[in-house]
Amino acid sequence: MGENAKWYKKGLVDGIPIALGYFAVAFTLGIVAKNSGLSAFQAMLAAALTNASAGGYAGFTLIGENASFLEMALTQLVVNARYLLMACALSQKLSPKTSTLHRSLIAFDVTDEVFGISVSVKGTLNPFYNYGAMTVSIPGWALGAFFGVIMGNVLPNSVVSALSVGLYGMFLAIIIPPARKNKIIAVLVMVSMALSFVFSKLPLLSSISSGMRVIVLTVLISLAAAVLFPREEEDEDAV
Amino acid sequence: MQFKVYIYIFIMAAVIYLIRLLPLTLIRKRITNKTLRSFLFYVPYVTLAVMTFPAIIEATNSIWSGIAALISGVLLAYFGIGLFGVAVCSCAVVFVVEAIMRFMQ
Repeated sequence: MGENAKWYKKGLVDGIPIALGYFAVAFTLGIVAKNSGLSAFQAMLAAALTNASAGGYAGFTLIGENASFLEMALTQLVVNARYLLMACALSQKLSPKTSTLHRSLIAFDVTDEVFGISVSVKGTLNPFYNYGAMTVSIPGWALGAFFGVIMGNVLPNSVVSALSVGLYGMFLAIIIPPARKNKIIAVLVMVSMALSFVFSKLPLLSSISSGMRVIVLTVLISLAAAVLFPREEEDEDAV
Repeated sequence: MQFKVYIYIFIMAAVIYLIRLLPLTLIRKRITNKTLRSFLFYVPYVTLAVMTFPAIIEATNSIWSGIAALISGVLLAYFGIGLFGVAVCSCAVVFVVEAIMRFMQ
């Protein structure tokens, strides 16, 4: 078996648990899409083209609010800014010889989880590892969103209510473990939640749309943190 | 309206793809600006925190089941349960709390 085929197969195997998790989480994303008026096909298309949980959630919410296209673009830029950082890190993991075509294909599915497994492989990253993971994880994500829209109609209200917190549970699982290890992140998470609450409740401030609230608070709080608590290079692998 | 949805989806896909594509294809050297590096490092935590709260307590049928999901989600994540586990358990907590509330009424 050739080197590329070996890496493809390894990616395929490592991608299976990711695909199963994606199906369940995308199912709850499909419920958000349905509440925003999207069809099952539209939700599946959006999921397959974006491969982003927070981005998908924010996007569907904005569609439901009939937001402007500019607001959609800005929100996606801010909400998905972490992929910029991940893509930067991933570029260091590839051999400098890796072609632009391979780089462009990998870029399609830089998610928290696929990024997580691809930076943890030993040595330089073979793009075929990512292709293997993408082969299972993208359909898992897209089909989850599709069935979320369809089954959202069939499932009893109590189950839909329960499933609607699935995405938030996943978000908590991303932010809490690093907050446990790093006090600055812990404080940031608490400050962010507190300000988000204030912005959504106070008169005047609450008239700002939820998408704009995410943009404004993320930029302000992250910038303040970057100025107050700049990180040293060697801190990079600490979290 | 239906046509507009496809424009929204196209914008979502295009912006997200460019965010992932540009660093991978253009920036082959390490970013050295400390403030920019720090800013990019903090962004995911702040964004996800802002999106999670107060939305999680407003998403369910009752504010109490939402609060229960938040508390249990934080605790499970704190003790190292993975993404999938925390997501599923948060859903289960909401289901159980709302079932108990219906029973009590």
